[in-house]
Amino acid sequence: MTKLLEVKGLHAGYGQTKVLHGIDFSIDEGSVTTLLGANGAGKTTTLRALCGMIRRSGDILLSGEQINRKQTEDIVRVGVAHVPDGRGTFTRQTVEENLQLGAMARSDKAGIAQDLELVFSYFPILKERRTQQAGLLSGGEQQMLAVGRALMLRPKLMLLDEPSFGLAPMITREIFEIFRELNRKEKVSMLVVEQNAQIALELADQAYLLETGRIVFSGRADDIRDDENLRKAYLGY
Amino acid sequence: MSVNLEEAAEHPAVAVDIETRPLGRDRTLKILFGILIFVVAIALPFVTKSFFVFQVTMVMIYAIAILGLNLLTGFNGQFSLGHAAFYAIGAYTAAILMDKAGISYVWTLPVAGIVCFVFGFLFGLPALRLEGIYLALATFALSVATPQILKLSPLEHWTGGVQGIVIMKPDAPFGLPLNQDQWLYFFTLIVTAIMFWMASNMLRSRTGRAMMAIRDNPIASRSMGVNNSLYKATTFGISATYTGIAGALGAIVVQFVAPDSFTVVLSIALLVGLVVGGVGWIPGAFFGGLFVLFVPNIAESISKGLSGAFYGLILMLLVFIMPTGVAGFLALIRHKVLRRGA
Repeated sequence: MTKLLEVKGLHAGYGQTKVLHGIDFSIDEGSVTTLLGANGAGKTTTLRALCGMIRRSGDILLSGEQINRKQTEDIVRVGVAHVPDGRGTFTRQTVEENLQLGAMARSDKAGIAQDLELVFSYFPILKERRTQQAGLLSGGEQQMLAVGRALMLRPKLMLLDEPSFGLAPMITREIFEIFRELNRKEKVSMLVVEQNAQIALELADQAYLLETGRIVFSGRADDIRDDENLRKAYLGY
Repeated sequence: MSVNLEEAAEHPAVAVDIETRPLGRDRTLKILFGILIFVVAIALPFVTKSFFVFQVTMVMIYAIAILGLNLLTGFNGQFSLGHAAFYAIGAYTAAILMDKAGISYVWTLPVAGIVCFVFGFLFGLPALRLEGIYLALATFALSVATPQILKLSPLEHWTGGVQGIVIMKPDAPFGLPLNQDQWLYFFTLIVTAIMFWMASNMLRSRTGRAMMAIRDNPIASRSMGVNNSLYKATTFGISATYTGIAGALGAIVVQFVAPDSFTVVLSIALLVGLVVGGVGWIPGAFFGGLFVLFVPNIAESISKGLSGAFYGLILMLLVFIMPTGVAGFLALIRHKVLRRGA
């Protein structure tokens, strides 16, 4: 399978504090990859480094093209959509305006209108609330909005930062079900960062375990799920 | 929308919707208001005294300046205590062009707009590194420096130094049967209408959405592909353009520019006007303009010696009664009426 994203020797941190100490991983075209780890392992930092929000060094290749020097706003333009931690809702704008903002990097009006309908077909609740202020949505709805907004980019790769955070188990399940559908039908590759290892491993093809800024294990998601020792040691279930 | 205000108090986002759309999303109400305002605006200079016509002209000019500040603060989330500087640059550009180059007053407006855009954009670039209170301080410094720079002797040939520049009031063109004050009123009215129309169109466009996205969540807006730096500096430029054009109009209408008309007091007055009208609500600028022009006069009519104190008292009362400006106050009335009707 061809590699969509290849990361080699990625270092990153905040000011003087180093968080990532040279991690390597890759994402196959069309697959779902998950990055698991405890608090402070560097999961969110990895996503921020990929998006160019923080200082980083190392190779980041998207379809073979080096993107490690690009600014955040330019990385969006090569098809990487980031669903940030805390969802990044534009609280004072309407649901529809939020979705339109997701397509800021595009200029094909007809395609954008089409994709708006596509998003509404995956998340009918957003259509019901399209003229409401986004800040009024519930946590689950805001997560759906964040994913819908990322979809408006027509991304090759979606980076999802703890989509289950603060959501009821049932809503989490529902949202992960939609991720699976998006991956299959819309051919969006995904990198999911999660603390909820169980649900992430059900969705993912490939998994990496991150511990204090280093990758300590990688393999097929199924293998990790079936390996009780590994689960107990790193994932606590 | 059928929210009640208790609910609004618990959900800030509802409150914001009320503030930014105090008349709701109801079109008929807006159209009715529009027609009413149009009729009053046309009839006004024929039924009132010349001085009052001049005052209303000044209200519109302040409204344009406040709208400029609102674009920056209310819609893009950047502070400014320095807008008197842009107002001054606009005013001096118009005055110098008319006085030294003999250019028609009409053409001074676009030139003042362009000059102020450049100044605003350039000032916006270093301002990118500053946020909130620090940006307020930097712009404050700009405001403090401006009158002194205008008085500098090397510039005196152009600016007239402390004396300032006196300019002539234009007559009505095409033989229109209007006196000078009436003509300037209509001229300002047309410019005001164009400026407000352009601002509301811009805010509804992609550009406007990006501006507001930066205000709401600057990190997420970059993730959408918005170039925050470029947008923020450009918004600074556009904001300065609005305030500069207001300054140019002000110079033409007052027929006089002098450094001490553009001190930090004016910057603060514009900010007060913005807050009184309603931050993030476009028509609020008119209420702000009314406040800036009339409240000092009212305060003075109460007591000459204590006019400043009464101005402060009126301001405190207004902020106490309408903590979210006229915008929030209108919304409150509307919801009370709606609930009684329901």
